[in-house]
Amino acid sequence: MSERGAWRLALPLALAQLLFFLSPLLLLAATSLATDENLDTASLAAWRDVLGDSFHRQAVLNTLRLGALTVLATLLFAVPLALLHMVAGPALKRIILLAAVLPLLTSVVVRTFAWIVILGREGVINSTLLSTGLTSAPIPLLQTEPGLILALTQIEMPLMLLPLIASLGRIDPALLDASASLGASLFRTLRRVVLPMALPGLLAGATLVFASASTAFISQSVIGGGRLAYLPSLVWQQAMVVFNWPLAAALALTLMASVLAVAAALSAVGRKAAHV
Amino acid sequence: MSRFAARDKPLALLILALAAIGLLILIGPVLIVLLTSFTTSQALRFPPPGLTLRWYADLFDPARSAQIHVAAGNSLAVAACTAALSTALATGAALAISRSRATWARMAEGGFMAPLVLPGIAYGLATLMFFSWLRQPPSFGLLVAGHAMIATPFALRTIGASAAGLDPALLESSAILGASPWRTFRRVVLPLIMPGVAAGAFLAFVSSLDNVPVSLFLSSAETDMLPIRMWGMMETSLDVRVAAASGVLVAVAFLLLVVMDRAVGLVRRMAG
Repeated sequence: MSERGAWRLALPLALAQLLFFLSPLLLLAATSLATDENLDTASLAAWRDVLGDSFHRQAVLNTLRLGALTVLATLLFAVPLALLHMVAGPALKRIILLAAVLPLLTSVVVRTFAWIVILGREGVINSTLLSTGLTSAPIPLLQTEPGLILALTQIEMPLMLLPLIASLGRIDPALLDASASLGASLFRTLRRVVLPMALPGLLAGATLVFASASTAFISQSVIGGGRLAYLPSLVWQQAMVVFNWPLAAALALTLMASVLAVAAALSAVGRKAAHV
Repeated sequence: MSRFAARDKPLALLILALAAIGLLILIGPVLIVLLTSFTTSQALRFPPPGLTLRWYADLFDPARSAQIHVAAGNSLAVAACTAALSTALATGAALAISRSRATWARMAEGGFMAPLVLPGIAYGLATLMFFSWLRQPPSFGLLVAGHAMIATPFALRTIGASAAGLDPALLESSAILGASPWRTFRRVVLPLIMPGVAAGAFLAFVSSLDNVPVSLFLSSAETDMLPIRMWGMMETSLDVRVAAASGVLVAVAFLLLVVMDRAVGLVRRMAG
């Protein structure tokens, strides 16, 4: 455990990641540049198919849009919840934290299943609407994009809420009192005092929610976006049904590049804000 | 928010209303699943027309739900192995990073956390291609390896936070008093970071139990996994046993949450 020898303790994880994480990803990249999974002949056919085909281009846009809308929807509720947590007493603080952590520990499959029960023809929303006479026939919510975004809002919200709560927890409540007693409105206090402090948590949360929502295969396939195709289900179909592995690999890498580009952009925003 | 003036009331009320809806969205679905699992209906109707335990009886029936039991057993076994492997790898890495202030340690930490933001479905496909290129048929061990890569960052986060709080003077005293590095680890380091290690092992276990993207590509008929089996049941028949299985998983998650929170302050660690 000497200072100089300690780095060796990181070796097992580094080697495991090299072998079981980095190597598979490199092989994924190699497969996307071949004619088939035997990697005998190099070819750009899969990439031409992804970048040149309007159906695949549209799927990329649908996936990015789904990720972005889910981030906005989680922000809409997670920011007020994190603010409430900041000023709440110990009992309410605990309830909010438990509400954030419990869904995270329940399987994604269970959370997706819950939304089938909520969004279905005889589900919670439709039976409420019908019994109150707001509609005369059930409205379709499953297999629609708004339905999927609503479900993902709950499924992904803990990933936004927990980093936000951590960031806001570092704010000294005296700062809020100072801002108010100096005559700042609540809105001004939120914008000038709270937002700058919340930004790291907000950006971390946005990155995690975007990455998770855009790759949420089960929710996307079961709750569905109607006629909208998303990249994860195309990856799965090409790999496991059509057995076109180069195309599956190119689609998966496109998804990966999109998510990493968004993560890089968000982290650039964070660095810029830190220097202002 | 009482310290703000009357002009701020509308905004304060809006924040409160959105927070209340947010709480409802977070907790409501979990309660709805629990209630649905007791329905007398064959369909997923809500509210349930009557209450019964028949779906739980069906679910626990060894003959009728044999496939679900096999999948659940596989999932638990893989999750246990994944938690052990991830915790060991993450503990080593966390101690190495916490003992060094060098740039490499910060970079390594970034690299070790990378699997968190990488789309799981891309990694799942990559593992399938990699193992088939190595001519390895799907197996229990490969599932554990794949799950562990995704689960380790979760363990590293809580163990890393504990290791960062270690006082170097304690390790030096132990060494000066003649303890071997292994003895120092077992007698001084491990007891001090144990809460972080336990929380990390738990999060890795849950991550594996819940894993879809790797299992989707690496599980086979012999190594069927619970989330994949439940997904199949949801896609094909909308069997109400899925509600009962969900009810069991929710109850287990809630129990584990209470136990782990009592033992190691899990909730605080996840928001810290």
